[in-house]
Amino acid sequence: MSVRIGVVRFPGTNCDRDVFDAVGSVEGSEPVWLWHKERDLEGVRGIVLAGGFSFGDYLRAGAIARFSPIMEEVVAFARRGGPVLGICNGFQILTEAGLLPGALMRNDRITFVCRDQWLKVETTDTPFTRHYSAGQLVRYTVAHGEGNYVAEEEVLDRLEEEGRVAFRYVDETGAATDAANPNGSLRNIAGIRDEGGNILGLMPHPDRAMSELLGSGDGAPVFRGLVEAAA
Amino acid sequence: MSPATALRDQPVTDDLVEAHGITPAEYQRIVDLLGREPNVTELGVFSLMWSEHCGYKYSRARLAELPTEGPQVVQGPGENAGAVDVGEGLAVVFKMESHNHPSAVEPYQGAATGVGGILRDVFTMGARPIALLDSLRFGELSDPHARYLFRNVVRGIGDYGNCVGVPTVGGEVVFDDAYRGNPLVNAMCVGLLRHDELTKGATGAPGNGVYVLGASTGRDGIHGASLLASSELSDDTLESRPTVQVGDPFSEKLLLEATLELIERDAVIGIQDMGAAGLTSSSSEMASRSGTGIAIDVARVPRREPAMPPYEVLLSESQERMLVVADDAKEPLLMEIAEKWDLPCTRIGEVTGDGTWRVVEDEVEVCSIPVAALVDEVPKYVREVGRPAYLDEVQAWEPEEGWLAGRDPLDDLATLLAAPTIACKRWAWEQYDHHVQTNTVLGPGADAAVLRLRGTRRGIALTVDGNGRWVWCDPRTGGALAVAEAARNLAAVGAKPLAVTDCLNFGNPEKDRVYYQFVEAIRGIAEACRALGTPVVSGNVSFYNESSTGAVHPTPTIGMVGILEDLEKRIRPDGALPGDILVELGGTGAHLGASSFLKEVVGTVAGRPPAADLEAEAAAGDAVRALSAAGLVRAARERASSSPSSARPASPDDGA
Amino acid sequence: MNARVEVFVQLKPGMLDPQGETLERALESMGYEGVSGMRVGKWITFAVEGGERAEIEGRVDEMCRRLLANPVIETYRYGLAEAGLEETAADGGEEAR
Repeated sequence: MSVRIGVVRFPGTNCDRDVFDAVGSVEGSEPVWLWHKERDLEGVRGIVLAGGFSFGDYLRAGAIARFSPIMEEVVAFARRGGPVLGICNGFQILTEAGLLPGALMRNDRITFVCRDQWLKVETTDTPFTRHYSAGQLVRYTVAHGEGNYVAEEEVLDRLEEEGRVAFRYVDETGAATDAANPNGSLRNIAGIRDEGGNILGLMPHPDRAMSELLGSGDGAPVFRGLVEAAA
Repeated sequence: MSPATALRDQPVTDDLVEAHGITPAEYQRIVDLLGREPNVTELGVFSLMWSEHCGYKYSRARLAELPTEGPQVVQGPGENAGAVDVGEGLAVVFKMESHNHPSAVEPYQGAATGVGGILRDVFTMGARPIALLDSLRFGELSDPHARYLFRNVVRGIGDYGNCVGVPTVGGEVVFDDAYRGNPLVNAMCVGLLRHDELTKGATGAPGNGVYVLGASTGRDGIHGASLLASSELSDDTLESRPTVQVGDPFSEKLLLEATLELIERDAVIGIQDMGAAGLTSSSSEMASRSGTGIAIDVARVPRREPAMPPYEVLLSESQERMLVVADDAKEPLLMEIAEKWDLPCTRIGEVTGDGTWRVVEDEVEVCSIPVAALVDEVPKYVREVGRPAYLDEVQAWEPEEGWLAGRDPLDDLATLLAAPTIACKRWAWEQYDHHVQTNTVLGPGADAAVLRLRGTRRGIALTVDGNGRWVWCDPRTGGALAVAEAARNLAAVGAKPLAVTDCLNFGNPEKDRVYYQFVEAIRGIAEACRALGTPVVSGNVSFYNESSTGAVHPTPTIGMVGILEDLEKRIRPDGALPGDILVELGGTGAHLGASSFLKEVVGTVAGRPPAADLEAEAAAGDAVRALSAAGLVRAARERASSSPSSARPASPDDGA
Repeated sequence: MNARVEVFVQLKPGMLDPQGETLERALESMGYEGVSGMRVGKWITFAVEGGERAEIEGRVDEMCRRLLANPVIETYRYGLAEAGLEETAADGGEEAR
């Protein structure tokens, strides 16, 4: 039997189809739409919050989305240990909802940034990153205006100590330099996981790294890991 | 009293007629058509519909010279956008449009709403927008105002397209003093649909309901379409800031999804964008296409501001609104889908059988005009004008003997590569999401963008191209070369050109010099389109691109769509390896007339552009594709390209 | 009472404010000297109907905490004014430009 994975759709979600296809490309998975106005998780075993501009994001990215009916269920699902992946706007929503610490501020360059980006996999201790090797370099696309990860120093220290920094922005040699940092994120943090390891939020798009034809196939292991964890 | 505050009872005086940009002869024509004097609201409506922007009164007769037919054409000009067949039951819908004057007044909102408008043109046809491209012209980057415009236009394009979730996959930016007072902002949108999903702006039978879907109506852009887009920019134009429309990309996204769902679930009979020229233009054009009439009660139109007279409701250019026609059977589903996407949907009138465009406010009649008078009876101006004298002077330029003596070619090359027009535009396109929807095989920075068509082996290639300097130096050749260069851009990725959308940016057509440039450029475009087998399926004319510094270079921008039947056989721009053989295919030999070298290095704009040998162009394109199909090409570049990458990308932080 | 509410949202002191820094640099390059500490925030206005002043304040404070500001990065303050008849009439009959 196939594993049902929910893809949440807010009205301004615009990477929903990309994520739906990425999930669907994993053998044994069945992507399912979850509409923001509903409360029914339709029996899904894993959930992805896709990128976009959930409610226009004029106030703050993800600020309004977290109050939608479906998010109450997503939060409860995550707290029960269900695998939840937040990509880009999904990461912003996860921080607004308090499922992940910190916040995503406007990029330090002020402007939106879309480019190919090298990342270092910092932890393999999540279902989403278990198919990578520790320290592996992968290439995804970043595309966001508010991806500047900030948190208090103590929070950052704790994330590092507990191995909860999942991805870091690096250059092609693996060095976490300022030049390699697309948005000013503290300590070049691109993605983090929660204490339990079942929630992952990241700004770069593994959903856009699913095919060599489009430039990179490096994102596929993330979705494979998600489906396996949900099975 | 300005037209924007004119109320319904204002008497129609000669001054008022003139303030509406209507000539005495045109006014007489209106009186004849109505059989009476118009009231002020009707005057406003005529002024809008008979403006160049809506009615193409100076250009329509000349546009008829463009080829519009071919076996690949699914929809030619006359609808919201054109469409061509790309195989496997799929069609590509596309159009390019200008938003020059709004962008000159308020670059961020002007560019943003330009993107919004062109997106709506495509998705009202039932196509999901899959790509945006843009063609931009500014003054030299050393000018602080040009930097301000460049910075904010790019941000406006990015913020809008990024939020709606349509990738901006290509474009061009040119900096030239000719555009100092009047920037050009042309946006092209490409959408994809199955043939059976193609929807038109039709009304169906009398008795059908007419609805407004989307945003409420405010005072945005009152008379923007006629007064802003159809008159030259003066310093006073800065005072017109309050009438510039404000874009709301989130509402656009809702409108996009709702529109596509309405079409997919067969909940509408016809649908039309209400962007430029608003309720008046959308309703009369729909009625015109179907040979029906339409009756609207402006009191039922949801408004954002109190006390708006019918004049303002009818002429408002508030964005993110659609005019929808549905019958009683479809209405419940229409309302259900609107509610799903949290969009207001209000019945404001109905289709009638009498061919009249009738407007009431509550029970009181405000306008009663034959639809044909608004749409078909637009005055058409055709003039015969002579060749302007400046051309002889410009074209007389010949290099003098030994004029290059003492120049260091490497220095000059460095100067050329550092010129903002030629330098890499990464600063701009990094602000555009060029990957969303995950179809982008080849993105910005190449000759043409390449997108995959999911579920097939096929891809499409897209490009925009125009060279105002060439058209200025030789309008006919320049027009032809714009098409030829676009076709070459497509050939450089291995694609076969299918069809064209054009955006014709010119100065004031009432001036002989401009009119001549326009007529000749169209001739050149028409010749090239015929020779290369690329009919023009949609387009837009933008006149009055002038300011106190004069008219812009005549700048027809060509958007072209091509097909790659097998993506695996595409040509990669960066596929070359050390030891590969470099071949120049076609080519016109050494030619420096009207070149970038003359402009950027020597500081002269003069001479003739290279001759347009259209047969050779067609043959060169075929040859590249044949070589590529045979697996003999590793990489290709169109020779007149700007630099794909340079150490120092052009950005508004330069030149300060 | 019927209250007119103003909410001011700003990044916490010490938080990097790229917008503020950019504006400050721009002003500097335009020749304005001695400008420092520029911060960009949000100013939100709205009306709230009904209830005692203290109760409205409580509701506004909650709105700020839950939605209008993100306590992780932002601080907020707000002000209330009783909406007078005059103000209401002025709003209702506003004639734009």
